[in-house]
Amino acid sequence: MNYKMIAYIIGQIVRVEGVLLLLPLATALIYGENTMAAFLIPSLAAIVIGTLMTLKKPANTSIFARDGFVTVGLSWIILSLIGALPFSISGEIPSYVDAFFETVSGFTTTGATILKSVEGLSQGMYFWRSFTHWIGGMGVLVFVLAILPQADTRSVKLMHVMRAEVPGPKVGKLVSKISRTAQIMYGIYIGLTFLQVIFLLAGGMPFFDSLLNSFATAGTGGFGIWNTSIAYYDSAYVDWVIGVFMLLFGVNFNLYYFILIGHAAEVFRSEELRWYLAIVGGATALIAFDIRGIFGNVADSVRYAFFQVSSIITTTGFTTADFDTWPALSKIILVLLMFCGACAGSTGGGIKVGRMLLLIKTGLREIKYMLHPRAVVSIKVEGKPAEPDTIRSASSYLVVYMMIFIVSLFFIEMIEECDLVTGFTAVAACFNNIGPGLGAVGPSGGFAGFTALSKLILSFNMLAGRLEIFPLLLLFSPSTWRRY
Amino acid sequence: MRIIIAGCGKVGELLTSYISREGHDVIVIDTDPQIIEDIVNEYDVMGIVGNCGSNSVLLEAGADGADLIIAVTASDELNIFCCMVAGKLGVKHSIARVRNPEYTEQMVFMRGEFGLSMAVNPEYDAAEEILRIIQFPAAIKIDTFAKGRVDLAEVRIDDGHPLCGRRLAELGGFYGVNILVCAVRRGDEVAIPSGDFTLEPGDVIHITASHSELVNFFKKLGIVTKRIRSVMIIGGGKIAFFLSRMLCEVGIKVKIVESDPERAAQLADLLPSAMVINGDGTDGDILIEEGIDDVDASVSLTGIDEENIIISMFAGTRRVDKVITKINHLNVMKMLSSIGLECIVSPKNISANNILRYLRGLGNTDGSSVQTLYKIVDGSAEALEFIASENFEALGVPIKDMKLKKNLLLACIIRQDKIIYPHGGDTIEAGDSVIVVTKSSGEALRDLGEILE
Repeated sequence: MNYKMIAYIIGQIVRVEGVLLLLPLATALIYGENTMAAFLIPSLAAIVIGTLMTLKKPANTSIFARDGFVTVGLSWIILSLIGALPFSISGEIPSYVDAFFETVSGFTTTGATILKSVEGLSQGMYFWRSFTHWIGGMGVLVFVLAILPQADTRSVKLMHVMRAEVPGPKVGKLVSKISRTAQIMYGIYIGLTFLQVIFLLAGGMPFFDSLLNSFATAGTGGFGIWNTSIAYYDSAYVDWVIGVFMLLFGVNFNLYYFILIGHAAEVFRSEELRWYLAIVGGATALIAFDIRGIFGNVADSVRYAFFQVSSIITTTGFTTADFDTWPALSKIILVLLMFCGACAGSTGGGIKVGRMLLLIKTGLREIKYMLHPRAVVSIKVEGKPAEPDTIRSASSYLVVYMMIFIVSLFFIEMIEECDLVTGFTAVAACFNNIGPGLGAVGPSGGFAGFTALSKLILSFNMLAGRLEIFPLLLLFSPSTWRRY
Repeated sequence: MRIIIAGCGKVGELLTSYISREGHDVIVIDTDPQIIEDIVNEYDVMGIVGNCGSNSVLLEAGADGADLIIAVTASDELNIFCCMVAGKLGVKHSIARVRNPEYTEQMVFMRGEFGLSMAVNPEYDAAEEILRIIQFPAAIKIDTFAKGRVDLAEVRIDDGHPLCGRRLAELGGFYGVNILVCAVRRGDEVAIPSGDFTLEPGDVIHITASHSELVNFFKKLGIVTKRIRSVMIIGGGKIAFFLSRMLCEVGIKVKIVESDPERAAQLADLLPSAMVINGDGTDGDILIEEGIDDVDASVSLTGIDEENIIISMFAGTRRVDKVITKINHLNVMKMLSSIGLECIVSPKNISANNILRYLRGLGNTDGSSVQTLYKIVDGSAEALEFIASENFEALGVPIKDMKLKKNLLLACIIRQDKIIYPHGGDTIEAGDSVIVVTKSSGEALRDLGEILE
């Protein structure tokens, strides 16, 4: 493995994080808070260390799939380790494990919190907490790819890095140059975020709240800045704006690019998008009908049902109502949506609609094979025949996904001895990067009651969920580190 | 520029590697998903799986706004067709690989009617290169500039070679000839040498000089270069056909060994003045029977690299003066020089050079376009010929006052028929042909103005 090159790329990322830490520092300055040191120390340290690591570009810049995966896995862990420092230095989250959990939850856009009460943090910390969502949503390495000088991206084979970080069963480029692709993706990302801020401001939300809620929506993260999350604003306008934007950020970003270059017709031909919208529509209708008794009128039940469906399927995790108190049918629909997840190539987590489609089609094909053993059946995705490799990797992804899920659940239950609903949804909410689950970890609860060990297991789950398991799993495989 | 490469065989991949490194937007099309996957992992390009002759695939590749399409699939017809479709979709320039001699002959028609900008024929180009080597056996490889007025020769310095241990600055004075060593490969490193550079055994040097000076130089060195009068060609493919026709024209005796009786008969038909033998070229007895011991040069041109290597090694043991080997897979090149096979011809490489030259010509701004381009030293350096236009900003400026880029050498200036080896006081005038040698690590040179800082 090319350790020098891995260190070089990680150095770039550490340095970028150091620079990004200056933003919450500025926030603290504006609000005249005394948390400046908590941001300044990690920021300076990261910039200095990152600069030292990138001082000399290695002569041999070739990296392969393995190096790419290791780079991505390691950078996310290092990123979270550094990102947790401000919380623990300032003493606002005294335990470092708690701070680490909170930061991982931020970067992986989960939105699960260990804070009993969110209210009471300083503004700088609020900013950093929500900002980690925004950075993690599109990916730090993609950001580095976008700002790295072209000469660098041309000589280094970075496709492996990009593939490891962007979610979905198959990652393609928008344009021929990887740096340009990354720039376009970030451009769309920034544009949509900006648009949401404008919409929220128009609804009378204060600027600081608009910005932070937009960060959390864009990354499909879900850190609220009030204990009651979005319910605090108690405004139908805000609910609909955030609900729709969550849905938008759960769409494959390639489709926005098609719209930008004037191929809007192709967008609606996308099979994944149609299913995604159909699932959202169906689930909203079912839940709205199911909860009609709680809210009394149709408009409100649709509003709350839509918001929650949009929030869960995109794996954001904002709440406008305590859905733990909803009827069983609504709860099970929400739990199923947790696993379904958003579209590939979006900022959302979960298994992804596209991969689900592929798996279901593979399953149906198997039934056909049973009936007609000599049948030749091709599986089509987006109108094109799926390659055997794509099908194989989607199937094995599901298997590994289930294995990790079961093992994590086993350990959580063993350590916490909590009820099954709490344990199951805690793992599901972390692994799929959603945030709130049901029971003790429901919208009104949190992860504060868990032991440090459980928090680390759940942190692993969050990272594994965000990076689609393999980059992180490879770090723990001995053969990764063997020379041959 | 946005460039589409259709077909990702060996030429396609070589072009992808050269062009993507020059910073262009490259889109490759191939029908094999595995090949596309590998290419996209290896280079910063976009890959599309599909048939390059299809309208929708070309549109997906962005043909409506592309500047150039290079069609290098295995089929001539598909290449031509692909270029026609792409041309109609709005691609500005198109290059097709056309190998069938019957199509090559109607190139003028195709250019007019189909809108093809250029056709490359690797086999024909390879034959031309082999002919040059046969006509000048002292060099490993020989390329020409300025319509043949200047040669670029590649020469290997072995142990005991008269040039061993010489400083480059003394060469001119010592031998009284006008030559210039413009690039040296030592191990894996390539250097653009200054006068203080001392040659060591194992170096491979590139010399620019006029043809007569080069002959003179080798005479002075004491390397007797017997003229080659007879050639044995093993393998009767397209290159063999083109090469035999050229050799017969200059009066060199040709014997072709071809194992397929039908092809042998066809060759005998087409080439009345060449002797065609129907036999297996890998059979040593047949080669001995046909006189490999007495022939001046052998050229191994079968379709299989391994066979070519073995035949050439065999020819080497039978003391053939000049052994030339055709290699398709470029990755074996490095191994070959260590087993003593020096003269390697790779048709793919030659085509890639030609296409690259055309591409650089498209990008230039001041009209001093690239006339000739050779990638030398395994592609790590290049030699280019420009014609200085009126717009060149340093016309008439003495070279010592020009701020030239690093790792760049002005090898020759050709003014009318005079060859000038530039010194500090010389100038570049409009209309001059200028030969520049540069390491290819930096930005690619597209016009003469870019040699300046």
